[in-house]
Parts: sequence; structure tokens; C-alpha cells
Amino acid sequence: MFAAIQSIGHYTLGFMRELGRMGGFLFYSCYMIVRRPGSPLYILKQIKFIGAKSLFVICLTAAFTGMVLGLQGYYTLAKFGSEGLLGTAVALSLIRELGPVLSALMVTGRAGSAITAEIGIMRISEQIDALETMALDPFKYLITPKFIAAMLALPLLCAIFDVVGIYGGWLVGVKLLGVNPGAYFYEMEKAVVWRDVSSGIAKSFSFGIIIAWISCYKGYFSGHGAEGVSRATTESVVMTSVLILVWDYFLTSILL
Amino acid sequence: MIRLIDVHKSFDSQPVLDGLNLTIPAGQITAIIGPSGEGKSVLLKHMIGLLKPDRGQIEVDGESILNIRRSQLNHIREKFGMLFQNAALFDSMSVFDNVAFPLREKTSFSKDEIELRVRSALEHVGLKHVNGKFPDEISGGMKKRVGLARALLLDPKIILFDEPTTGLDPIIKRAIHQLIKDTHEKFGFTAVIVSHEIPEIFDIAQNVAMLFQGKILQVGTAEEIRCSTNPAVKQFITGSLDGPIQLV
Repeated sequence: MFAAIQSIGHYTLGFMRELGRMGGFLFYSCYMIVRRPGSPLYILKQIKFIGAKSLFVICLTAAFTGMVLGLQGYYTLAKFGSEGLLGTAVALSLIRELGPVLSALMVTGRAGSAITAEIGIMRISEQIDALETMALDPFKYLITPKFIAAMLALPLLCAIFDVVGIYGGWLVGVKLLGVNPGAYFYEMEKAVVWRDVSSGIAKSFSFGIIIAWISCYKGYFSGHGAEGVSRATTESVVMTSVLILVWDYFLTSILL
Repeated sequence: MIRLIDVHKSFDSQPVLDGLNLTIPAGQITAIIGPSGEGKSVLLKHMIGLLKPDRGQIEVDGESILNIRRSQLNHIREKFGMLFQNAALFDSMSVFDNVAFPLREKTSFSKDEIELRVRSALEHVGLKHVNGKFPDEISGGMKKRVGLARALLLDPKIILFDEPTTGLDPIIKRAIHQLIKDTHEKFGFTAVIVSHEIPEIFDIAQNVAMLFQGKILQVGTAEEIRCSTNPAVKQFITGSLDGPIQLV
């Protein structure tokens, strides 16, 4: 009995310590973004890596998500004779919810894991220590450019996701199932308001912070050897994905 | 001068440094020798603030490096250069960019000036033709020499060498030892070398300290250590299997 309580206490303390360290990491990263954001060249390189190189996977996912929404939406709306609202249904689902969440999950899988592995390898091969011995802050070179890039790239990727998804829904709804093209876009224009778009942008901006935070943190404090980096990468993807979904719920309940 | 006073450090309740006291004199080469796994690299990382002791005091030129602001620590670190065990070159940068990196980030030299200095530093360590290569395209010995060029570039007052010749062939080993000796004579920096190279290290080090069981067992000139009567020091120098140092 005593051993069980001791073990619970041990894990709780360990969890709280980890949470505190994560909070400290986020705080220091934000502080460094304001104080010393790093060279624009590093930031542009990261925007290319996180944003531009994710375009293909984002467009592909968006197109098929829009097409599925077109199919499912048509099936449901046809029951009530409201096929004309298909554009609205597809656009609102994408702009408010699926665009930010799915683009963030795709970037987590493609770029988040790579960020963790890159920083983790730099940690175990003492490259981060080398930066410190040169009296250079590793955050300025490795962490803040990734934070800034993720915060800028995610809303843009989300916008692209929304547009491609809407055209995916149009392809299935209008071209395959015969929904009136005028109704598809006209109803959408009437229903979608700026608040829907801004809430999507706010979500993807915050998801960008989550991706950079967890991916960089896990890499920075990865364990020993190849196994440590591999474990950190897995943990980073799982934790980021779960956190995105949980945070999405809270943000939706606030922004609704 | 670097002073370590009653330094204690444990990892997972396993003591590595156990009340260690050591003074590294300025302007001299001090070698730290001792069996593998005794914490020599840990000791070196304490000197530059990469690791913090659980207890004790560490001073560089009379200034404590513990419990100070990051900016103050960085100010002290500007006195240092360090050559890591595996060179710790940035693997996404070419050899040239690796050596140029500290100059680009810490000085306001022009592009031409940087190029001139980097080329001269690489030439100094005998690597004229590897500028465009990446770290994974050069040998271990070359990596160490690139690391040495990078460490020397900002004219540091103190240079820490973590096993600079481990795993290299005898000729390169000798070349690196000679390079350290020559550059020390030229620039007069304080050097701390963690090494297993017995007896070669006695030819370049003015002081030798033996680390064993978390403490400095003996410090002295190379000659004093060579003639030591301490059983552990004697055993380590002769490489004997019998004695207080047990194989783990």
C-alpha cells in the first residue's frame, strides 16, 4: 500500500516537473522571439521547410477532404431537399474546423517529426553544446526561427487547405452530382462571415505555436542515442496531435 | 585560471565527482588523465558551465560561473574555445561554414576578411582542400582538426580539449599533439586536455592531474606523475591489470 502511494507520488512529481519544464521552455521561446528572433535568413529557411515543402501534402489532403465532404453533404442534404446548401456546408466545415485541424495534423506528421529528430540529433552529437561553448544562445539559431516560421506558415497553409477543399467539394457536388454551380458559391458567400475565417486563422496560428513548442522541446530534451531520438520523435508527434485536438475543443468553445 | 572547489556531481544518484578540488594554472597545458568512465568529460563540461555541480564552486579568473545570469555566463564563455570528443561539427554546414560560423556570428568582419581567416585557420591545421566538404565526407582525424581550427579562430584565452586524439592513427595523433603544442607556444592560452594517451601526453603537458573515484588523486608536473608512487597512478601509467583500479 505504502509502495503504491509512493509510486503515485513519484510519477505525479515527475509529471509536474516535466510540465514546469515545458512551460519554462515555451516562456523562454516567446521571450526570445521578442528579444532576439534570429536572422531573417534562418526564419525564411524554416518557412520554406515548414510551409512550402508541406504544400503538396496539404493540397492532396484538402482535395480529398473536400471531395468526401461533398459526397457526404450531398447525401445528407438531399434527404431534406437542400442540395443547394452544399457549398455552405463544405465551406463552413472546412473554414471553421477541418482546415485548421487537418493542416496542423499534416504539418505535425511531416515537419514536426523532422524538427524533433533534427534537434535531437544535434543534442546527442553535442552540436547544441558547441553553440553554447561559443557563447551563442541555441534558442536564437534553432528554436525561435522555427516558432516564427510555424506561426506564419500554419495560417497560410490553412487558407490554402480551405480553398483547395472548397474546390474538391465543388468537383464532386457540382461536376459529379449535378448541384447548381451558382447555388454552390452564392449560398457559400451568403453564409460564410469574417468571424468564421478569423476563428480558423486564430486556430491555425495557435496550432503553429503548439507544433513548434512540442517538436522543439522534445528534440531539445531528447534522451541518449538513436533510441532516445526515436522515442522523442514518436512522443512529439503523438503529444502534438493530441494537444491540437484538445486545444481545438477549448478554442472552439470560446470562439463559437 | 580555473578553480574547482569541493565539486560534487551525481547522475541518477550515482556520484561521478565527489568533492573534487583542482586548480588549472593560467597559460599552461594541464592534462587530466584517468580510467574511462571516471567523469573526465563531465569535469571538462563543468569548467565551461555546460553542466552544473550539485554542490561546490567553480571559478574562472576569480569569477564564479554558478548562479549567474545567462548573459554573464556567456561573457565568461567568450574566453573559452572547446574541442569536443567527436568534434561536434554542424552536420548541415560545410567545413568552411563550420569554421566561419563563430566569426560570422560574433564579429563584424567583412566577407573577404572571414574567408581569409578561415582559409588560414584551415591551412594551419593542414586542411587546405576540404573547404566545400561536409563533416560526414571527411575522416575522424580531419573532423578533429576542423574542430581545432574552429576552437582557435576567436583567439580564446582558455581551450578545453576533450580526448583530441582518441581513435586516430599514430601519425595523426602525433600531428595533433604537435599542433596543440605549437599553437600553445604561439598564442600562450590556457589548455586543459582530457586524454588517455600515455606517455605521449607527458611530452606536451606541463601539469598532469589524475582523476579517480570522483577526486583528483594527484597533481604534478609530467615528471612527478611519471615517477609517482601512488599505486593507482602507477597502475594507470603502466597499464597494469593488478592494482586498485578494477576493470568494470
